[in-house]
Amino acid sequence: MAKALTQTELSQVFLDRIYGLPEGEKVKLCLQCGTCSGSCPTSAYMDYTPREIIASLRAGMLDRVLKSNTMWMCTSCYSCTVRCPAGIRFTDVMYELKRLAIAYHLHSRFARAPALSRAFMSVVGRYGRSAEAELMVRLNLATNPLELLRLAPMGVKLLARGRMPILPERIEGRESLRRMLAWVEANDDAHAAQEVV
Amino acid sequence: MSQYAYYPGCSITVNNRAYDTSTRAVCQSLGIDLVELKDWNCCGATAYMAVRELAAFVLSARNLALTEQQGQQEMLTVCNACYMNLNKTNRYMAEEPKLREQIGAALAAGGASYSGSVKVRHLLDVLVNEVGCEAIQARATRKLEGLKVACYYGCQLSRPYPTFDDAEQPSTMDRLLEAVGATAVPYPMKAKCCGGMVMSTSEEVALKLVKGLLQCALDSGADIIATACPLCQVNLEGYQGRVSARFGSKLNIPVVYFTQLVGLALGLTRQQVDLGRELVSADRALAAYV
Repeated sequence: MAKALTQTELSQVFLDRIYGLPEGEKVKLCLQCGTCSGSCPTSAYMDYTPREIIASLRAGMLDRVLKSNTMWMCTSCYSCTVRCPAGIRFTDVMYELKRLAIAYHLHSRFARAPALSRAFMSVVGRYGRSAEAELMVRLNLATNPLELLRLAPMGVKLLARGRMPILPERIEGRESLRRMLAWVEANDDAHAAQEVV
Repeated sequence: MSQYAYYPGCSITVNNRAYDTSTRAVCQSLGIDLVELKDWNCCGATAYMAVRELAAFVLSARNLALTEQQGQQEMLTVCNACYMNLNKTNRYMAEEPKLREQIGAALAAGGASYSGSVKVRHLLDVLVNEVGCEAIQARATRKLEGLKVACYYGCQLSRPYPTFDDAEQPSTMDRLLEAVGATAVPYPMKAKCCGGMVMSTSEEVALKLVKGLLQCALDSGADIIATACPLCQVNLEGYQGRVSARFGSKLNIPVVYFTQLVGLALGLTRQQVDLGRELVSADRALAAYV
């Protein structure tokens, strides 16, 4: 591993990651018009709105954003992306913020969205398919087991209508898929967090 | 007869079988040959992308590679998220040489390859732009006259890629259901977000979005909401009780797949379009058409 990064260097790493996205450099063209925030269905519930995120990103203060709830409110509706007059693919930026928060462990331990993403990755990696029942159990065991009791009535209703299989479906080519994902883990360092002093 | 590699997606096979069943029945009825893609895997949905970007693209790319390998040129899907992810992977592979190279190497590690030739279509696109509303109208033996439908498209069908419909005010489903006799009520929220997976992680926020969508449909005078996305269906239907409890107003409206309505109009039975799995019964709204 390379030498530990200072906070200033880390800010540059965050920026480079965003500029490195497909069309990521377009973030530099942001005119702070706020169309993204105005179009976003959940910006009212975010600690920092999309427009503020770009401002803080350019001011080297992205760490505040990454510790906030902001990107976990993004539903991937792509309203900001289709409306941005500068052509910024802001939904992709939100995904990068999620990845950075997870890689650098900046979110709260009990945050549900990162836990769901990790559980999903584990389920899909093993079966090749999503498995709703296991996903919900894993998500809630990792965050708040009592939540399972609250969700149980809906699970039972779905079960009664043949809409909640207990056992996962598995693909035949699990070994082939495992090798593909292993190649990514071994060769793609984009998700690897660097040590910070 | 046109043939497509059919990609059902996990959500359909897991808890939205009515969408799968009614899709197959409608396609059979209209002479669209669906050959299920053998050994398809999850497209990555929204959650995988939040942890690993490249691996999420590889998941979608494996399906595109299988489509080529199984000798098909076009893939047909019915889930908005699958549709968007598969299209996005196709586009990013075409636009970004480094990404294309990395995805290619990952596929090769698992013994697959993809040249970029597959076209990904949504069923709504195929019905309206290949079969055509007029042809479907001519085949409709049981017109849905008097049924007031709020056509709900959700997000990822037309965003970020408005491939066959407007990004913010899509109209294909309205035209399709009007062609089979229904009245598509003006529904300004037709492409606004239902919260997606945020329903599982920040329910309070997603409930507000769903409340707005349900209220708007009821205010528009709709008897029923038709959707083109399995996650939208679950969010709009499954949480009506909680929305009503949370906001103190009774918001009750059935939510079905557009394929179920088209199927009924084509003369298919209640069983063939798999009605009866709803959490909010559609029986009363559809009594005249089954």
